[in-house]
Amino acid sequence: MTLASALRTGDLTRLPSRRDEDWRWTDLRGLIRVLPPAAEAGAVHEAGPFSELGGDEIIIANGHVQGAADFVTVGGQDAILQLRHVATQASSNPSRFGITVRSGDSLLVLESYEAQADGAVTSADIDIIVEAGGSLRRIVLAADHASSITVSTATVSLAANAVLEQTVLTTGARRQRIETRVAHPGAGATVRLDGAYLLCDQCHADLTTVVTHGGVDGTTSQMTKGVVRDQARGVFQGRIVVERGADRTDARMGHHALIVSDRAEVDAKPELLIFADDVSCAHGNTIGALDEEAIFYARQRGIPADVARAMLTTAFVGEVIDRIEHDGARDIARAWAAQQLGTDL
Amino acid sequence: MLAINNLCASVANKPIIKGLTLDVPAGEVHAIMGPNGAGKSTLSYVLTGRSGYEVTSGAASLDGEDLLGLEANERAARGVFLSFQYPLEIPGVPALTFIRTAMNAQRKARGEAEIGAPAFLKLARETATSLKIDFEMLKRSLNVGFSGGEKKRMEIFQMAMLSPRLLILDETDSGLDIDALKIVSAGVNAMRSPDRAMLVITHYQRLLDYIKPDRVHVLSAGRIVASGGPELALELERDGYDKYVQVAA
Repeated sequence: MTLASALRTGDLTRLPSRRDEDWRWTDLRGLIRVLPPAAEAGAVHEAGPFSELGGDEIIIANGHVQGAADFVTVGGQDAILQLRHVATQASSNPSRFGITVRSGDSLLVLESYEAQADGAVTSADIDIIVEAGGSLRRIVLAADHASSITVSTATVSLAANAVLEQTVLTTGARRQRIETRVAHPGAGATVRLDGAYLLCDQCHADLTTVVTHGGVDGTTSQMTKGVVRDQARGVFQGRIVVERGADRTDARMGHHALIVSDRAEVDAKPELLIFADDVSCAHGNTIGALDEEAIFYARQRGIPADVARAMLTTAFVGEVIDRIEHDGARDIARAWAAQQLGTDL
Repeated sequence: MLAINNLCASVANKPIIKGLTLDVPAGEVHAIMGPNGAGKSTLSYVLTGRSGYEVTSGAASLDGEDLLGLEANERAARGVFLSFQYPLEIPGVPALTFIRTAMNAQRKARGEAEIGAPAFLKLARETATSLKIDFEMLKRSLNVGFSGGEKKRMEIFQMAMLSPRLLILDETDSGLDIDALKIVSAGVNAMRSPDRAMLVITHYQRLLDYIKPDRVHVLSAGRIVASGGPELALELERDGYDKYVQVAA
């Protein structure tokens, strides 16, 4: 039951629906009545959001990968891959892309979702392998169209002592899910999985993660924050599985959301499934409004209420952005957040 | 400078301030003392425009300009500063960023040019030095993880940076050890000037050993029930509030 199989076969009954537990807040079967036709790869003229940072660029236009559908590192520590999913028209866009980080290599993937037209339906499968001692930093910026339907599914396999550091930033779409599934059967893997969703109007964003600790001495640090206003809806599903024998796993998951209007909604499901004895796991989940006392404090110092709200909201999201190590990518992420929140602090 | 005339105010429809009249001329320091529940903190919130504190009648003005019709931030821009009894923590906003935002918002409201980064940092360094504040602390999120004394010192730092005309100190001595009290008091005393008025709200006389008031008022059940010189504070310390509670009742 995936969007990809529905797009490839044209069979709407293959769409995930609210009857599937993992999709109950991101129903596609009830939403999609007709699948748009497939399209040729359109020409992409605009630069992507990370263009100034350079590196290799792969464009997946309307579901068609421009060039080889697999990227393999060739040694070195500073490689950058810009992976752009661009929809130029209202088409069905299934795609698959593979990334392999060779042993000891390091790669920064700057991935973007750029819908340039109404009504595109995109399914992107990304298969990622990080070999022993390799490290992958992945930053996903989903600047989708408010009428798009997008499902991005990254499946990540980490070998011993591999590192994955990921930050997903999204403004949502008509319906959008960005899912990351991480397995590390090898020992000593390090995972950081962060995300921020900033939603307004009727946009929807679903950040779903599954981390399966199969080897010993793995660590997962996860921080997701959301700000929802108007009638927007944010979904966070985080599952951490610690398998039998995955001792000395240290896993921490945090999800915190601000609801800024009466009609906005956040659905959160943090799950820890622990089958090993010697582990340290924790999760925290909060959903609330801005602290009115803090706003009064700022106003008493002369800061108008709207500026105070923007300042506090930006600071709330800033905690996620501060964890991006790459300076250039962090600056772009910060500017993006400021633009979404209407502040240049 | 500050003129309060027959002020009545309620919180959740419950009258707390019941006909309070008070004048604080420029250059003077007035202390407001009173038992728990007298309305001391309510008075500070009513004067600064906190929502939920409803003025039902009466007036309050600063240099003849009505305060009660203004938003909280507009009052701040006109020079009203409240040093909070419990300063708020502002996660993710460095103290310097917060204060610069406040300073420029006030300047903008007054039609003045914004302060540039170099001038701001120079002023911040000088002020921090005079208040014995580690400049590095100002780069951290405002008040997050600060001790009670550090938070109060940060209030005085903000006060010195923003240079208000009316200072309201709400239980500034609470949570301070004697060394912190001396530093904070010295910071407040340095702000005394002929064109500035101060309202020092306190439960205990101790603070007034360090910040010498010109006048002392006793607030009980929402009204000023006695006024006098500094000796009134000593009398209260000796005899307690009992007789004033009975007067108010």
